[in-house]
Amino acid sequence: MTTPSSPPPRGKTPFWRDPAKRALMFQALMLAALFAAIGFIVSNTLDNLDARGITTGFGFLDDTAGFGIVQSLIDYSPQSTYGRTFLVGLMNTLLVSALGVLAATVIGFLMGIARLSPNWLIARLAGAYVEIFRNIPLLLQIFFWYFAVLRTLPSPRQSMSLGEAVFLNIRGLVVPAPVSESGLVWTLVALVVAVIAAIVLVRWNRRRQEATGDRLPAGWISAGMIVGMPLLVFVASGMPLTWDIPKLGGFNFSGGITVLPELLALWLALSIYTGSFIAEIVRSGIQAVSSGQTEAARALSLSGGMTLRLVVIPQAMRVIIPPLTSQYLNLIKNSSLATAIGYPDLVSVFAGTTLNQTGQAIEVIMMTMAVYLILSLLVSMFMNWFNARMALVER
Amino acid sequence: MLHNNKKTLLCSATALVATLLAAGSAQAGETMDAVKERGQVVCGVSTGLPGFSSPDDQGNWEGIDVDVCHGVAAAVFGDASKVQFVPLNAKERFTALQSGEIDVLSRNTTWTATRDTTLGLNFTGVSFYDGQGFLVKESLGVDSAMQLDGAAFCVQSGTTTELNLADYFQANDMSFEPVVFDTSDQTVGGFEAGRCDVLTSDTSQLNALRIKLSDPDGAKVLPQVISKEPLGPVVRQGDDQWFNAVKWTLFAMINAEEMGITSENADEMKESDKPGIKRFMGDEGNFGEAMGLPADWAYNIVSQVGNYGEVFDRNVGAGSPLNIERGINALWTDGGVQYAPPIR
Repeated sequence: MTTPSSPPPRGKTPFWRDPAKRALMFQALMLAALFAAIGFIVSNTLDNLDARGITTGFGFLDDTAGFGIVQSLIDYSPQSTYGRTFLVGLMNTLLVSALGVLAATVIGFLMGIARLSPNWLIARLAGAYVEIFRNIPLLLQIFFWYFAVLRTLPSPRQSMSLGEAVFLNIRGLVVPAPVSESGLVWTLVALVVAVIAAIVLVRWNRRRQEATGDRLPAGWISAGMIVGMPLLVFVASGMPLTWDIPKLGGFNFSGGITVLPELLALWLALSIYTGSFIAEIVRSGIQAVSSGQTEAARALSLSGGMTLRLVVIPQAMRVIIPPLTSQYLNLIKNSSLATAIGYPDLVSVFAGTTLNQTGQAIEVIMMTMAVYLILSLLVSMFMNWFNARMALVER
Repeated sequence: MLHNNKKTLLCSATALVATLLAAGSAQAGETMDAVKERGQVVCGVSTGLPGFSSPDDQGNWEGIDVDVCHGVAAAVFGDASKVQFVPLNAKERFTALQSGEIDVLSRNTTWTATRDTTLGLNFTGVSFYDGQGFLVKESLGVDSAMQLDGAAFCVQSGTTTELNLADYFQANDMSFEPVVFDTSDQTVGGFEAGRCDVLTSDTSQLNALRIKLSDPDGAKVLPQVISKEPLGPVVRQGDDQWFNAVKWTLFAMINAEEMGITSENADEMKESDKPGIKRFMGDEGNFGEAMGLPADWAYNIVSQVGNYGEVFDRNVGAGSPLNIERGINALWTDGGVQYAPPIR
């Protein structure tokens, strides 16, 4: 007697008939193929480099660089390693990016608000700024500042000077350098204490206002504390700070801090160019807040400043932040144009000179690309976090 | 979903096959075959350095480095004009050669141990013995490099100059401020505008660049020479046939000068009975064959481009605005160090 084949129990479909499992299988296959392809490309590249006698690996990072770099925020000399040149370049990139982001934000917000000014002249001037600087390629603007503006400055001996302390010449801007003496640390401690106290005060004030409706002018009190307390300690501890005034001697000024013309040109160009985009973002953000909001705030008898600060800007920020992030990312990546005027940024120092002296193009370019990728991702992460904080909290 | 996955898979597979096909490595004879098939030699030169490689007012390239390329074309094709020039800055040059974009790099490039051994490249000889020097403005009132402590130097990025500068100042316990530019023109611009006090480069280049200044008499080259800079053509490592062809092109030019063969008397000399000259002309033996060149390769070089002395005089020597003395670039028979192995 034959047993009739029983139908498979329900829910036991073979995996190739189950769309979910099948999709999973195809995805696994594709991933395997992708890794195989990457592995093949890497090994093929290494084989070819080896066959052509080109040195590979990251050992070069420990070799002595042997070339000078004009500006470094960390200790560097020609006896430092190639690994050190990477750090020097990275710090210089971070410096110009940070300065650029700050200045572009300030310029952008001022100009964006100015564009909406009821004053005809201010609004038109801001409009002209945006239309001019947004529509000229950045590289040309860098060249303009470097070659047309800063190259025409006088030689060190004929420097323009401000009070015989600040000098401007073709070699850069020379400013006095602060030299701290013992005891200055107390002034810094006072500053930190004042900042913490200000934060506590503002928070307490907010809670108190929510509970009772009374409020102190916490902003003014905080400002007074942050300026006043360190100043008081500074004077009380006998002003332990002197200035290293630059002096003309030999070929150039000695002493003080020299801001390179390359840095100035790049900073000006980056912040003015990016500022013009930010101005438009700010303008659109403010205009995205419906006028009903302003009218309602006025109806509640909030002053003009309070309307802007408490009603308009918080809502505008939600529109502003996402495109603002893109502008910051653009600015950081655009800072690599530094190489065109010889500012010693990562691309110029590491992907330029170091690459050429070692000849290890693949490693150097990979490292440089990774830096810009990681920098951009970090900025994105921060801005996303900031955006989440500023987002409308729905109740 | 499914459809998409299949498509992506297909794409990956295609990419894989494409990469497989693209895989390959340098082999002897490869470059020569490619050059012959293309019908011209692709030669990497500078972006403009008078006397070595720069375009004239009609856009024709001229200079010592350019003539080496013409020599290679004459040897390979019997026609010195079959060259395509690719201007490269100091940073781009080695990558361009490594990647196969050019066949030979003839661009005032210093022969150093690192470049010869780690880049997968081979230097084929020395077309010009140079040394690094300093160009300063007369108004600076400096007459020795030892007075340059603390000065700012305009220097081209990615060169041995950049390294020698650091070495020299370290050895003499002095400080310096390097102002780095990508091209030779930019360094001159920086020097003229006063961004730096000193322009540093190979002395031959300094002479060439000084002429380009708006006031050539207001600047001078200091007497100190701080380094050895043997400049020569470079080819990819691993293709010995092409390496030999480029190497012997330069040797042929030097040998021709030693034997007294010039572009003008080459045809008369071809009739000579002297065994050395008969071998040179390809009438006795066939020294071109193993290099993939015709028997009269050396005759073609000299008759179309000239011997080393002619090339030197025409581009950088007495017959040029640079007016550089032969000095150590004279033949070994005249007290210099230019010396080529014999053709036999």
